[in-house]
Amino acid sequence: MNPGRCAACRHLRRKCPPDCIFIPHFPPNVPQLFVSVHRIYGASNVAKLLQQLPLHLRADAAESLCLEAQYRIEDPVYGCVGLISLLQQQILDAEKQLAKTRAEIAFLKSQAAQHPQAAALRGNLSDNAADLSFSDHHQSFCG
Amino acid sequence: MGGSSPCASCKLLRRRCAKDCIFAPYFPSDDPHKFAIVHKVFGASNVSKMLQELPIQQRGDAVSSLVYEANARVRDPVYGCVGAISYLQNQVSQLQMQLAVAQTEILCIQMQQESTQIHQDDKPFLLPTYNNLDTISQYLNSASSSNIVIQDPPPLKRESLWT
Repeated sequence: MNPGRCAACRHLRRKCPPDCIFIPHFPPNVPQLFVSVHRIYGASNVAKLLQQLPLHLRADAAESLCLEAQYRIEDPVYGCVGLISLLQQQILDAEKQLAKTRAEIAFLKSQAAQHPQAAALRGNLSDNAADLSFSDHHQSFCG
Repeated sequence: MGGSSPCASCKLLRRRCAKDCIFAPYFPSDDPHKFAIVHKVFGASNVSKMLQELPIQQRGDAVSSLVYEANARVRDPVYGCVGAISYLQNQVSQLQMQLAVAQTEILCIQMQQESTQIHQDDKPFLLPTYNNLDTISQYLNSASSSNIVIQDPPPLKRESLWT
């Protein structure tokens, strides 16, 4: 057994040539990396993909392939696309919240600008009630 | 396929399209590009294995997500979908920050209004400025946990793969 083989060649049970394309990205001490990408993409597809890239980009490509493979193993139906959907929904929700909050700021500012004394008087006359209703309203903005 | 045209997969692979071909429901012959791109990135046998391991009702979604990932990888051979995930996570963080700032601004406006009310009531022994700052800093510290409903997306599991 050749102790110098990369994780890919160990897994594939073959000789590991000095110019093996997998050596820099699949070290023998982390066999799980190659097992994941081989399971999802296949060794030859990974090799083809890496070969098409310039040397300085291959490390990032190998890393992203490992991540995607890991996501796919953990979620065989949606893979990393499940996370993308979740993030897109979070962005939509956040944008909605932000728009509501900014509208509220604009409203409060316009109230204070137009009727500063009336705004203060309203607070004075119904102090507790206004605080309670506003905090409920604010909570609803937060969802 | 009972005499009808083979599915896109069997056409590309140049083989007979069996009645129970696993690809046929998801790769119709009128959309050859769909299978071509999935085959290019994942390989037909890997896709077949993945689909076989899933219940039938989940295979449609699995194919859609595989096509999506394959397209992303062809568009961006270095980062694929991971590039999109990084970008979206960054957007979520920025929006969370903007929301925290906006909600803090509302708090400031409320404080100002209360402060105006206090001065009108002529109660000089209160210290609204000190209380404002203390409350604002408490709010900022708790903003991400209590008032903002966006949950932090699961981080890219970089560290776990290399341990």
